[in-house]
Amino acid sequence: MSQTNRLAGGGLIDRSRVLTFTFDGRTYQGHPGDTLASALLANGVRLMGRSFKYHRPRGPLSAGSEEPNALVELRDGARREPNTRATTAELFDGLTARSQNRWPSLRFDALAVNDRLSTFLTAGFYYKTFMWPRSFWEKVYEPAIRKAAGLGRLSMQDDPDVYDKGFLHCDLLVIGAGPAGLAAALTAGRAGARVILADEDFRLGGRLNAETLTLDDAPAADWVAAILAELASLPTVRVMPRTTVVGAFDHGVYGAVERVADHLPVPEPGMPRQILWRIYSRRALLCAGATERPIAFADNDRPGILQAGALRAYANRWGAAVARRVAVFTNSDDGHRTARDLHAHGLEIAAVIDVRSDAPRSPDYEVLAGAQVVGTAGRLGLTGITVRTADGGTRKVSCGALGVSGGWNPAVHLTCHQGARPRWDAAIAAFVPGPDLPPGLAVAGAAAGTFSTAGALREGAAGALAALADLGVAATAPALPRAEDAPAGITAFWHVASDAGRAWLDQQNDVTVKDVKLAHQEGFRAVEHLKRYTTLGMATDQGKTSNMGALAIMAELTGKPIPEVGTTMFRPPYTPVALGTLAGRSRGDDFRPRRLTPTHAWAAEQGAVFVEVGTWMRAQYFPRPGETHWRQTVDREVLAVRSAVGVCDVTTLGKIDVQGTDAASFLDRIYCNGMAKLAVGRVRYGLMLREDGMAKDDGTAARLAEDHFVVTTTTANAVAVFRHMEFCRQCLWPDLDVQVISTTDAWAQIAVAGPRARDLLRRVVDPTTDLSNDAFPFMACAAVTVCGGLRARLFRISFSGELAYELAVPARYGDALVRALMAAGADLGVTPYGTEALGVLRIEKGHAAGNEINGQTTARMLGLGRMVSSKKDSIGAVLSRREALDGPVPLRLVGLRPVNPADPVVAGAHLLARGAPTTAASDEGWVTSAAFSPHVGSAIGLGFLAGGEGRIGEIVRAVDPLGGTDVAVEVVVPHFVDPDGEKLRA
Amino acid sequence: MPDHALLPLTALGARTPRVDSVGGLTITEVPDVALASLACRRGCDAALAATAEALLGVALPPVAGWAGTGPYGVFWTGPGQWMVEAPYATHEDLPDRLKAVVDDAGSVTEQSDAWVRFDVEGEHALALFERLCALDLGRMPAATVQRTAIDHLGCFVQCREAGRRYGAYGPRSAAASLHHALLTAARSVSRDRKVFP
Repeated sequence: MSQTNRLAGGGLIDRSRVLTFTFDGRTYQGHPGDTLASALLANGVRLMGRSFKYHRPRGPLSAGSEEPNALVELRDGARREPNTRATTAELFDGLTARSQNRWPSLRFDALAVNDRLSTFLTAGFYYKTFMWPRSFWEKVYEPAIRKAAGLGRLSMQDDPDVYDKGFLHCDLLVIGAGPAGLAAALTAGRAGARVILADEDFRLGGRLNAETLTLDDAPAADWVAAILAELASLPTVRVMPRTTVVGAFDHGVYGAVERVADHLPVPEPGMPRQILWRIYSRRALLCAGATERPIAFADNDRPGILQAGALRAYANRWGAAVARRVAVFTNSDDGHRTARDLHAHGLEIAAVIDVRSDAPRSPDYEVLAGAQVVGTAGRLGLTGITVRTADGGTRKVSCGALGVSGGWNPAVHLTCHQGARPRWDAAIAAFVPGPDLPPGLAVAGAAAGTFSTAGALREGAAGALAALADLGVAATAPALPRAEDAPAGITAFWHVASDAGRAWLDQQNDVTVKDVKLAHQEGFRAVEHLKRYTTLGMATDQGKTSNMGALAIMAELTGKPIPEVGTTMFRPPYTPVALGTLAGRSRGDDFRPRRLTPTHAWAAEQGAVFVEVGTWMRAQYFPRPGETHWRQTVDREVLAVRSAVGVCDVTTLGKIDVQGTDAASFLDRIYCNGMAKLAVGRVRYGLMLREDGMAKDDGTAARLAEDHFVVTTTTANAVAVFRHMEFCRQCLWPDLDVQVISTTDAWAQIAVAGPRARDLLRRVVDPTTDLSNDAFPFMACAAVTVCGGLRARLFRISFSGELAYELAVPARYGDALVRALMAAGADLGVTPYGTEALGVLRIEKGHAAGNEINGQTTARMLGLGRMVSSKKDSIGAVLSRREALDGPVPLRLVGLRPVNPADPVVAGAHLLARGAPTTAASDEGWVTSAAFSPHVGSAIGLGFLAGGEGRIGEIVRAVDPLGGTDVAVEVVVPHFVDPDGEKLRA
Repeated sequence: MPDHALLPLTALGARTPRVDSVGGLTITEVPDVALASLACRRGCDAALAATAEALLGVALPPVAGWAGTGPYGVFWTGPGQWMVEAPYATHEDLPDRLKAVVDDAGSVTEQSDAWVRFDVEGEHALALFERLCALDLGRMPAATVQRTAIDHLGCFVQCREAGRRYGAYGPRSAAASLHHALLTAARSVSRDRKVFP
């Protein structure tokens, strides 16, 4: 028979529709409005999981997000999600769930043997046990513990869902849509304020959904429906169900997770599964309610033992009974409410056990005043309890469910996310929000410790009015319905003193009262130590139902009042957030934006292999048919540049437009070498230093006019150098007339390099420009036109050491330009080359790049010491002259060539003198860059070597301990081609 | 028309601009925009304001402002800095025209191909930008421009018609990524969703 424990009537579920789902392979039925937990309970299923450490059989403790026990693997295949709370998982047709942390089955779990060993597996077990022998840790203990640890299993497949992020703005953020939150949203919405009302539940109303209360003599659900209808009609109110506010951050910013599609079998195409919202609020009102806390007693973890409030929530909201015969154990009037409601639903109340000797009586069922529950029975589910009565006797009470109420803890979490501590309120025996709330945040209703419905409504409206008054928005309080306004009657009671059985505090982590006592005994008495020693309050529920009880027990043990013991730190997120949600759209290929060069499409047509260079995608090399290894391709490209002409897209190098009457003075201060006297129409290589005198970046400065320069930077430092210049302009020298703007993307820049470069350019650059060596020498620049009139810029600069130019056109014409160059140069042997060949060419020429200018090097190390002008001041110049900067035996850039041409040279290898021991103490430098040089016919390298300039011709060792190579290399000057620079001036 | 024979590509790498319609939102690549940055030289505020207005027909706008008439539009990009817009087809030489009038009062830099512009139009435009940037577009009136980050990219968002029509300028080299972000967000919000006016 289906849904044996579904009550005959009531509940906010749609009984006209039936949903089918499976749990552990068995098929069940439920209704829209059910959670997985409520549907399973309605089907008579109390056992839903196994505990973390002892594999104890467990059922749901709660009916909400604080659930420690009923964690399941939800869905199948790649969408399988472990550790999902059955108490919040919204039922849909076809839902599939499995229990976890058990083998071979939930009912029979072999690892439940741990429970038999519990005497040994107390707090601190790992720290004490796995110390010896030491060598066992990595090979034996850790793998075994890792295998046993954890609850659910990951699917190990890519998550097929998409996730999104977004940003919202509001005048008032209302967190929680119970009576306080609804009254607040209504008040602010009617005043025309921009309101966001967010609630983690799929049905708004908070505890009103779980109670049988009336508002203005009508069911609370009617009032909730009317308010929601009005809120929906207000244009400035945004109601966000299924949205958990997970963190309170600086400046009124809140993080919220909206579960957009978790209630659907599969998200619609394009629909994100979840959205992480960043909410910018001017004011916020926390109306997150309160969480009921259990009482610890022996064997209080059996399936069927729930929070008393959850027991009546399942009956009232979902029409589901946990069992037909029920008992309640309480220290407050709230437990009696559960008994009354369940009795009204026709369930049999076996007894209400109230620790208070003055407990209220009932005509409908037995109340055992001054009594305590001291034991329970039932292996896979509760069958009965043992009660110690006021007269000291014991009594067995048969029941299938026990509701436990130890009082309610206001949900203070968000009030503490910025370091504040909650305040103890003895009247309700609970922590309430302290005085140091995050700026702009106020608290109303049960979250503030006001537990009556009338009080919540009142405080919600008042909270909104106060927030709006702060913002200067006129508002009036709405007429609030009549509601119950009973005071909270509670006697603080945390655990039943008993030597028998284990009394569970943290059911998710299997922490007992005894573990807390052990922590106290062993000196871990501060709450943060208690947490880490026992694992109390860790994992997915973060101790929402357990922390309070544990610290109350610690207070008893230490003889301190509870507020002095204090709470552990509350940190975001309030409830677990999937990593996919945190990543949002930024995953896989979309991890970060990609920048494409203007010739990207053309390069792709040529079959280029691309490589990520920062955020850029650059052509790495252009393989041709028949080439079976990248080295063949790169060697061919390098030789083509050295023997004929090559073209390479160098758009990615940073370009910064520097203008103003003081532009030259500005660059003189930025670069360590002189720029002020650079003639118009000329380019100069420049090196800039950091303030500490280390090399920062290099590039070129081209002077297009007296007051106009174009500066190039390395690809990697384009943004950093631009930012540096803006800082210098705005903050260091605001008196200079200089303006800077990036033009990196604006111009497509193509390097044309090789002995036939001029021949090729003459076919592309319009004849109005004289390209002869006299008219346009090395380091010349000019505005030119190409291909019959397109504006362009031509720079005669060389990275390869060859006769070379860089030609820039507006980016939209970059594709056309490279095609024009390739067509015009076909008979010259024009060859496209990529970054790999570019690297080989510059290593052959001995040009420093990012590997050499890596933040650890100085101008002198680079062989550029004389560039640091002594005739002017510039950033870093003074500190670059520090005597100790280079150390006693300064490192210098050298070239390296293997003695045996067949040997490799590996970047990162360390340089050691021959015969020296292979130790760090013998280290004399390192190889920064290495490549195979088709020009030299062997591998070559650049590197820094102690006293390098005086060791040319010496044989040293390049040792790579990681790769296991030890190669004899000859120290040479770092110019393997054209050391005199004749080719580039040709 | 240019004299040369070179054919331009749009920022997305095609001969014609891309247009996408997703769930009531239209995202259009707009290549016909010439851009030039205009920066005030030290002590030349009055001269720049006067000379720029003479060409543009409107005063240089204040912080977050946009102004325009005829072929020209201009928006504020920073203290003493503006971006001037005009149709590329007729004003490819925009920087030269601008420099000719402002002379030494301002620094002018060609920015036409530094940026890609996508226009976004439709009733879910606000919802789309909610997914993309931290701007409070619900409170952004027409004829304003704000700088923001979209998908990690520094962008300008222009409000052309509050709640309905917006332009987004982003780095040209990242046009494909920006377009992808816009399209993804459009698909994400394609179902009806209430947003703030």
